[in-house]
Amino acid sequence: MSWTKKILRVNLTEGTCTPEPLNMEWANDYLGQRGLATKYLVEETDPTVDPLSPDNKMIMATGPLTGTMASTGGRYSVITKGPLTGAIACSNSGGFIGNEFKNAGWDMIIFEGKSPTPVYLYIEDDLTELRPADDLWGKSAWEADEMLHKIHQNPELKIAVIGRTAENGCLFAGVINDLHRAAGRSGVGTVMASKNLKAVAVYGTKGVGSLDNPDAFFEAVADGKEVLAENAVTGQGLPTYGTQVLMNVINSVGGLPAKNMRDVGFEGAENISGEAMHEPRPSDGKPNLTTNGACFGCTIACGRISSIDKTHFSIKDQADKTQYQGSSGGLEYEAAWSLGADTGVDDLDALTYVNFVCNEDGFDPITFGCTVAAAMELFEAGKITLEDTGGIELKFGSAEALVAITEQLVTGEGFGAEIAMGSKRLCEKYDAPELSMSVKGLEFPAYDPRGFQGIGLNYATSNRGACHVRGYTIASEVLGIPVKTEQTDTDGKPELVKAFQDATALVDSAGICLFTTFAWGMDNIAPQIDAACEGDWSVDKCLEAGERIWNMERIYNNAAGFTADDDTLPKRLLKEAIKSGPTEGQVNRLGEMLPQYYELRGWTPEGVPTAETISRLGL
Amino acid sequence: MQKSLHLDPAKCTGCLQCEMACSYEKLGEFNPSRSLIKVFSFHFEGRFAPYTCTQCDEAWCQRACPVDAITLDMSTGAKIVIEDKCVGCKVCTISCPFGTVNYVQQTGKVAKCDLCGGDPQCAKACPTDAITFIDANATGYDRMKAYAEKSLPSAEASA
Amino acid sequence: MSIFNAIKRLFGMSDTPQNQTQKIVDTDIPEPKQASKSKLATETSIEKTEKEISTKINDDNKQSTETTEDSEYIDENIDSSTNTTIKSQKDKLEDSSLTTKDTKHYTTHHAIIGAGPCGVVAAETLRKENPTAEITLIGNENEPPYSRMAIPYLLINKIGEEGTHLRQSDHYQKQNINYLQQTVASVDANKNELVMADGSTLVYKKLLIAAGSHPIAPPIEGIDLPNVHSCWTLKDARQIASIAKEGSNVVLMGAGFIGCIILEALVKRGVKLSIIEMGSRMVPRMMDEKAGGLLEKWCIEKGVNVLTSTKITAIKESDGNMRVELDNGDKLVADLVISATGVKPNTAFLENSGIEVNDGITVNNKLQTNIENIYAAGDVAQGKDFSTGKYEVQAIQPTAVDHGRIAALNMSGKHVEHSGSLNMNVLDTLGLISHSFGLWMGVEGGDSVEIYNPDAYKYLNLRFGTDENADVLVGASTLGMTQHIGVLRGLIESKIHLKEWKEHLLVDPTRIMEAYLASTQELDNAV
Repeated sequence: MSWTKKILRVNLTEGTCTPEPLNMEWANDYLGQRGLATKYLVEETDPTVDPLSPDNKMIMATGPLTGTMASTGGRYSVITKGPLTGAIACSNSGGFIGNEFKNAGWDMIIFEGKSPTPVYLYIEDDLTELRPADDLWGKSAWEADEMLHKIHQNPELKIAVIGRTAENGCLFAGVINDLHRAAGRSGVGTVMASKNLKAVAVYGTKGVGSLDNPDAFFEAVADGKEVLAENAVTGQGLPTYGTQVLMNVINSVGGLPAKNMRDVGFEGAENISGEAMHEPRPSDGKPNLTTNGACFGCTIACGRISSIDKTHFSIKDQADKTQYQGSSGGLEYEAAWSLGADTGVDDLDALTYVNFVCNEDGFDPITFGCTVAAAMELFEAGKITLEDTGGIELKFGSAEALVAITEQLVTGEGFGAEIAMGSKRLCEKYDAPELSMSVKGLEFPAYDPRGFQGIGLNYATSNRGACHVRGYTIASEVLGIPVKTEQTDTDGKPELVKAFQDATALVDSAGICLFTTFAWGMDNIAPQIDAACEGDWSVDKCLEAGERIWNMERIYNNAAGFTADDDTLPKRLLKEAIKSGPTEGQVNRLGEMLPQYYELRGWTPEGVPTAETISRLGL
Repeated sequence: MQKSLHLDPAKCTGCLQCEMACSYEKLGEFNPSRSLIKVFSFHFEGRFAPYTCTQCDEAWCQRACPVDAITLDMSTGAKIVIEDKCVGCKVCTISCPFGTVNYVQQTGKVAKCDLCGGDPQCAKACPTDAITFIDANATGYDRMKAYAEKSLPSAEASA
Repeated sequence: MSIFNAIKRLFGMSDTPQNQTQKIVDTDIPEPKQASKSKLATETSIEKTEKEISTKINDDNKQSTETTEDSEYIDENIDSSTNTTIKSQKDKLEDSSLTTKDTKHYTTHHAIIGAGPCGVVAAETLRKENPTAEITLIGNENEPPYSRMAIPYLLINKIGEEGTHLRQSDHYQKQNINYLQQTVASVDANKNELVMADGSTLVYKKLLIAAGSHPIAPPIEGIDLPNVHSCWTLKDARQIASIAKEGSNVVLMGAGFIGCIILEALVKRGVKLSIIEMGSRMVPRMMDEKAGGLLEKWCIEKGVNVLTSTKITAIKESDGNMRVELDNGDKLVADLVISATGVKPNTAFLENSGIEVNDGITVNNKLQTNIENIYAAGDVAQGKDFSTGKYEVQAIQPTAVDHGRIAALNMSGKHVEHSGSLNMNVLDTLGLISHSFGLWMGVEGGDSVEIYNPDAYKYLNLRFGTDENADVLVGASTLGMTQHIGVLRGLIESKIHLKEWKEHLLVDPTRIMEAYLASTQELDNAV
């Protein structure tokens, strides 16, 4: 089965923790994690709810493969309605806590209400209780993590925790687990803070077992691992360079946005690339990259573990920054892009520093970097002044400004409080909404929709706003996985986007990592799910479940007030052509793709799933 | 030729496939908390160290056992816990200076690595060859010795 | 010498210089012609039934004697007027009627007084080092060699009596170790002779006294009543098992280490248990106020009546009912009183032997007594404490085993220095596990770090040394921790300099395993 078939309902208002059986009927339709938790959210909450009100719920959920030997089987997701977007928010994280939830005997935890005072949830197998967190409140995620480990005298305790940005109301705060893994996007950490829930600390000793068909499982898992090992991306590129393998690649094919997406192509890309992370630095002869690290059960091990040059201005001789003297997670490609290329900063150590602060205080580097980039453009345009920024010269390319504004964000002081709103609200406030590079309020990741038509359609239609990991067409448009499609063509892109979106929804519901899909198709994934879980999980059923999940999310968003008008891209990406490079002259031709996409999806031209679609998917 | 587990922190990514394989072999479930091999993560240092019993010749655990529940498996060289005999007194857990015999609350007995009878599942599961099962030379105890010598410069003087 | 060898020495691992011969020094004893299966005697237990054991108890003082006539080692010239009680498994099998035969006096290379873990390990080590030497192990209980540590588990039927026995029943025979059930009455160091309680004698070349310790009987009125017992021997265990039934009232006198070890067994037997401890907390010699306090709270929560800072003033019996009177005026009804107020080395038989006795037998760092060919080890010996360098009685199992081994190596002509045994303990009190190591109470001027989480019954205290050892762990105590505990011993005994990891530990002492690995393994593996 591989589900524990048990969920924990935590009512923060009442201070109660109540076990209940997992709804297996739903599990059979939505598998787990993203799909299943969204089903619970959809059934239990009003889509129009204020994301930061006690009536919103937040769900931490694992998939059936979480905690098994399936490669990358350690994922968990945080599902809620997001405050940055007002749409469904589902943030996926690796690390080790997903397995710990499963080993403690819980498929998911539903948080509802709001605690009158700060609390944390402590789980040790069947022991579940809310404990006072007054001492933890106001502490960074790293500090709180250390305190919890000490209190419980258990180095094996796994912790998901919010940092100070979430407490300060930053709308793009995430939930940090295992110090440097994050359910990072959409502001799920902000929701957690709104419930006065500082952390979840869990230790599990029950084991994950009861595989439906152990022999078939181990065979499918072994096959899967072999495919990953032999694939150039998952077997070599990712372990060696991490996702940062992409920096130079994407730049060279004319798809790397820069300076608030005003440009495509970044002159400093090489300096902040995966290759650069391997270069010994002059000060101590060590490279930025310490090692590569894996999340639970992952045989790819793409994670970057890096250190900041101790002579770098961001930390040099600063007694209060000893926590940054060692190694931590990052840089990953998206963060390197948003903090670097999008702000025009090519100082690898500055980016590493800012990334560490993102880890320590729990906020999304993509939204943060993009918001700083937007602020830089506003500054350049004179819409934001030195007076607004408290003296910070918010210029593109300024590492000092980036570092300074990062530190202000953490404390919620000065201009940091404005950055904390995200680019959409910031640009609206300064009367230049067109400068927010976002969809549905969520900022773009590191692939320019003008350079890649498919990813543009995916961003526009993604259920959580501009997000690459909802339908990663880059795999096809750049790497040729599973087939190469021309990046500047729109032909076939609606089909491609739909296929990626549906498959991704299933992968995100299984407990495994999306990065496996660089090498794995549903042919590799379905047998692993099928052998682990009861019921018949054929490729077709998996894909149908993925499509069902996507449509369920869409219906939720529609009910929350989103319309087809929101399935769009910023004007810049639709109108301002790329000025130079291999993709010169390109804009995103969303209008050519969107109607076809709706049709393929079985939606009306208004972007609403038809009755037939709803009935076909059993929604 | 007798084989030993060779543990190489430099190759370890901290994925814990070994812990899952170990616990599945022993318990039929994926339960890292009860794995007999452990990977320690050094976040600040950015390091991962797989660690388990080296089946050392001194066998402190075996000597300390008051009920002869730890014996030598002649075929593998492993010191193995005879479950039926172990009373759970935990004396071995404080005697092993490497900390590789642990008390298991669920069973009321102690557990340690037994090399899976000569086919260690952790080595099989390791995707990066950080754990290998190879000829006994230059592994295990010798290796630990090398570490200790390197890490204890001051001991040279006192020796 | 390499650093690692230094560590090995610290742990008392065998390490003989290469020019050292391993053969036995005394060559005037004839070498055996063959490893005989029918030599002196090997008392084993395999065929012994419970019935036989009880028969033996009844026959305590008039034990039948069997001897072997064919041993090469029997010195027929020694006066043979007294009986010895030497039995041979072989003879016993051949003649189950246990006939009495003429007795003789014997010689042996190595005599070991005491058949507990220390004596047994010593005998085995001697055998390993000296394949042909005559080894005689002498136990004064009518049992095969057994382990007292196992008694609590016997009391809850987790094991049978055979589970307490040290080694399989044919082990001593296979190892060619003579096991003699005798009480040594005195040692004549001049004549190299042991005189047994029944008058028989044994001449040795080298002697190891591993006679162990015995429970102290506190001077309280009624301490000798029939239902007042210590819990030390298998015989005690049988008697306790016969009285401590579901619902019976049991008073445990003393909440020290031994008291706590049997506490769980008593609770599991379903008795109504009260513990009376004179000290202000439980296990005062293993835990500080906080840990001892937590343990007490834990026991009370589990339904045990714990009274600290309380003395028993008298135990009185009338009409078959026992009452335990306390210094606070209370009286407790008791079906059984178990006295566990501490143990003392068994040294009485050494009076006038010339062997120097202080608290225990004084020994040097080779576990040698003041008499060259006599060694002492285990509970009876005042061996070197690793942490303090002082010679004191430790009376714990791991030390006994270490002693036995090192003494035996030295008796075999090797030169192995005992660098001191680390005082350490582990206790499982109704599921709450606690440990103490070395200088758990700390040293003057040394840093320490503590985590105290009473709600979760967790406690951890690390103690560091001073001056050049300021980054060396010297002691630790824990409550509620079970993983990788032994590494605390490793860190303390190998005196590893923790360097920056000391600072990490001061921040979070739970990272002890990481500190150990980082200090002993090469982790600098840049990609």
